[in-house]
Amino acid sequence: MKLIYAWATGLVFGLGIAISGMMNPAKVLNFFDIAGTWDLSLAFVMGGAVIVTFIGYRLVWRRAQPLFEDRFQVPASKVIDSRLVGGSALFGIGWGIAGFCPGAAIPALGTGRWEVVLFLGAVVVGLALARILKGQPLISRPVSA
Amino acid sequence: METAFTPSASFGGGLLIGLAAVLLMLGLGRIFGATGIVSGSVFAESRSEFAWRAALVLGMVLAPGLIFIVTGAWPALDVPVSPTMIAIGGVIVGLGASFGSGCTSGHGVCGLSRLSLRSLVAVPTFMATAAVTVYLIRHVFGG
Repeated sequence: MKLIYAWATGLVFGLGIAISGMMNPAKVLNFFDIAGTWDLSLAFVMGGAVIVTFIGYRLVWRRAQPLFEDRFQVPASKVIDSRLVGGSALFGIGWGIAGFCPGAAIPALGTGRWEVVLFLGAVVVGLALARILKGQPLISRPVSA
Repeated sequence: METAFTPSASFGGGLLIGLAAVLLMLGLGRIFGATGIVSGSVFAESRSEFAWRAALVLGMVLAPGLIFIVTGAWPALDVPVSPTMIAIGGVIVGLGASFGSGCTSGHGVCGLSRLSLRSLVAVPTFMATAAVTVYLIRHVFGG
């Protein structure tokens, strides 16, 4: 039941990405190209998503626990460090070069386009590099054998 | 390449993205961070941590096909950059999202909605560097 619920949630997210235009790198790059072929549309994506999430989260958190887990797992850190700022700065540079971000690219896999496969493959390489730099293992051992 | 201004479709799609973020919090108590979903699917810590992310990904991937079945057209996907730039950009996105602990969905949608201090720093940072990058590529180095 939990997995069917997760599957349906992913479908809702993917439909939102596809309908909103986030899946289209030409549109994403134009959002950032204020001096050129500017297209403000993606501000409406972020606006719509944040309005629903801002209100929805507060309603959900009135519950003692989620439907299928025993607790909410929300990041609690308030630390502003060079990793956060430098990592975010790098993320924006990569986003501005490729025009895809991970949340748009996963649903875009369903179009079968090779550019999406190339992008997500490169993201996995980047994530693996980061794990090596942080000293994390690439292949996790099973928690319980 | 020009793209049409689509405020209604973009706002409507944004509402659905927000709904999905709320549904994931309601059901599994988790932040909807796409990079974490990729990372957790590839470098899974345990089978149970892998399973729900895999289910989520399977749902996400179905969306373009469903749109094709209903409307008869695939969602627009025009790539105005070279394969080399897609690959370089992708590696940088993976590195940056890992060190920055989030991307457009995790920091942008979920973090801003939680009024997370870290996300309030991360989002303007990556929006600014993305805009500067696009400016440099398109208006300074040609393109």
